Amino acid sequence: MVVAAGPVIPDFGSGSSCEVNNGWFCTDWVHAHWGDTLQPALLQHVELSAIAVAVGLAIAFALALAGFRWRLLDPPIGALSDFLYTIPSLALFQLLVPLTGLGVLTVEIALVSYTLVILYRNLIEGLRSVPADVVEAARGSGFTRTQTFLRVELPLALPALLAGLRIATVSTISIATVAAFVVAKGLGNPIFIAIKQDSFKTEILAAGGLAVALALVADGLLVLAQRALTPWTRRARA
Amino acid sequence: MPGQAAELVFNEATKLYEGREEAAVDRLSLTVPAGEICVLVGPSGGGKTTALKLVNRLISLTSGDIRIDGTSILEQDVVELRRSIGYVIQQVGLFPHMTVEANIGTVPRLYGRPRSWIRTRSAELLELVGLDPSYAKRYPAQLSGGERQRVGLARALAGNPPLMLMDEPFAAIDPIVRARLQDEFMRLHEEVQKTVVFVTHDIDEAIKVGDRIAILRPGGRLAQYDTPAAILERPVDDFVAQFVGADRALKALALRTLAEVELGPPADGPRVPRDTTVRDAVSKLIETRADSLAVTDDDGRIVGSVWLEKLV
Amino acid sequence: MTLAEQFHPHTFVDAFRFMGDHTGLLLSKAGEQVELSAVALGIALVLALPLGLWLGHLHRGLFLAAGVANLGRALPSLVLIAFGLTVLGIGFWNNTLALVVLAAPPILTNAYFAIDGIDRDAVEAARGMGMTGRQVLVRVELPLGLPLVLAGVRIAAIFVIATATIAAIAGGGGLGDIIVNQATYGLSGVIAASLWVAFLAFLAALTISVVRRAASPRRIPVP
Repeated sequence: MVVAAGPVIPDFGSGSSCEVNNGWFCTDWVHAHWGDTLQPALLQHVELSAIAVAVGLAIAFALALAGFRWRLLDPPIGALSDFLYTIPSLALFQLLVPLTGLGVLTVEIALVSYTLVILYRNLIEGLRSVPADVVEAARGSGFTRTQTFLRVELPLALPALLAGLRIATVSTISIATVAAFVVAKGLGNPIFIAIKQDSFKTEILAAGGLAVALALVADGLLVLAQRALTPWTRRARA
Repeated sequence: MPGQAAELVFNEATKLYEGREEAAVDRLSLTVPAGEICVLVGPSGGGKTTALKLVNRLISLTSGDIRIDGTSILEQDVVELRRSIGYVIQQVGLFPHMTVEANIGTVPRLYGRPRSWIRTRSAELLELVGLDPSYAKRYPAQLSGGERQRVGLARALAGNPPLMLMDEPFAAIDPIVRARLQDEFMRLHEEVQKTVVFVTHDIDEAIKVGDRIAILRPGGRLAQYDTPAAILERPVDDFVAQFVGADRALKALALRTLAEVELGPPADGPRVPRDTTVRDAVSKLIETRADSLAVTDDDGRIVGSVWLEKLV
Repeated sequence: MTLAEQFHPHTFVDAFRFMGDHTGLLLSKAGEQVELSAVALGIALVLALPLGLWLGHLHRGLFLAAGVANLGRALPSLVLIAFGLTVLGIGFWNNTLALVVLAAPPILTNAYFAIDGIDRDAVEAARGMGMTGRQVLVRVELPLGLPLVLAGVRIAAIFVIATATIAAIAGGGGLGDIIVNQATYGLSGVIAASLWVAFLAFLAALTISVVRRAASPRRIPVP
């Protein structure tokens, strides 16, 4: 005997009672739509974020080298990246549309801009915080300028850089959800659609949950990387 | 990699900073014979650290010259020059991101020595400076101040440099550990026989450690350059006399031990070992109000006696 | 379409024309957004600021402060808006809730680290002179830590304004209404509204910078 649970919604093919009543989390919906909705969105999201962080890191690195070497450049670079960061994400996306169109490029430009401030600032502060006596010992021992930078200053700036990288990565994954307003990619997309379709809870929770999980996993991986790359920062006096 | 000890010659070395009227170092001329410890002392602003840094060109000469084994430092490539000089500074400047072993191996690595060679050399040097070889894999943050200074010393010695520059290396260490480090440094120097230029503001340290002392007055001019005994007995002017201290006669007594004194016949009294300094012996006499002290040898047997007239 | 075909800088000119034609609309929308943002920021400040300051003063709860910071960053604004919508339905409070959740972490974390990181010697001297815990916080730690605290408020304000824009899809009103409604207002309208949103954010950041400058007129000398 079939018990009518409520009005049958013609859109959703399966029409289980959970979906029909817009329950909190319909696992069968998740199973059914993993392949066509959630997984592609997740992979797109990873791609969007990874590219943005990688490019942002490269640019911030170049800028930090410049700002460190030529102190006069520091204020303008800092001000510019700060300026970009202040522009709200949705606004920035839209402002780029007339220039770079409705595509991934627009999204990436905006995402990269947001990573710059934290990566640049952290790397420069990290380089500046290298103790003067360590640098003096290095020069005095006979390191060239380049060797001092590569073998002493840069490794010692690494903790600060990795801390910034963690923040930038998590933020990027978070902001990338807004990309759905410009291009139908990433985990923001299912959420966007779900809101339009009478706020279908499962889809929102599933996609949102994935976004949060992705951010936390990325953060965790970077923490491990930080421990592996900077063994000397562990608690002193064994 | 270099070896042996080098002779160091300052020839009218001068450093004048732009916009300043007085020189930091003013026509400094002196010769440090190979294998000797020359201590640069003076009040703050006397230019002693500046003079030191002129040698490895961390500060550039305004005029004059400095020669190492006859070759001017200006004729050498600055990086090569620094690799052939051992450099120890007050805060040590150990690389926090490298293990003790890697720190020690800094200069050899620059010379291209393989890791296995560095491992062996590090172990040797750790023993030489009085640290257990297990320290090799530790990080600087895990070491005490005294231990860090020793590693700094080992690092400076690793390249077997003929010349060592030390800028107030023990100033940041507490007095008890400092005395021990000074003693060990002197023992080390006997083994290793390098030419050392040692900067300190502590005249007592200078007297203890130096083969020769160079006193610099404010304005970077050399006041006197002589052995500790000579400076204590015959200060060249009031400045030196004052710098050395009104108790210089007593200080001079610290330069000799009872082993160098003609002992009287064995007699009873408060015991002092043979290696006690004359100064400490006088102090003992005052403290115990005894008429004479009994001098013992290494085994504790009384071998003679001393009293005030014999000591002073 | 190739990049060249998509390049329409003249849209910005159109946007300014839109601004001239629809100033009233933009102002009322901006007003809505400011109202939503101000309420949310205010609630977040009341909840998170005292907590952060006090925990920092006690040097307790580092785990909480750091964890909240991380979690806050990991929560996408869109997810929060969507979540608010599902929990509370459309209205004013669903978005306000989402915005408060978003604004609280930077305020809490920065307040904590600002106070926690004050030179211990200064604090000890103050205690030694006979100040109570609260006096130490208010007279010594807070003035010294104010720049960092305000930096956190600034970040929170920017987040709030940015997310209030997105909240338009959940009934939040504000300039976001125009931005997500390109059909009605055209691309020039969307650009105009975006420029206004950016301007609002700058205004907020500037206001806080001015407050910061006013609160610490003399640079604290480094001992």
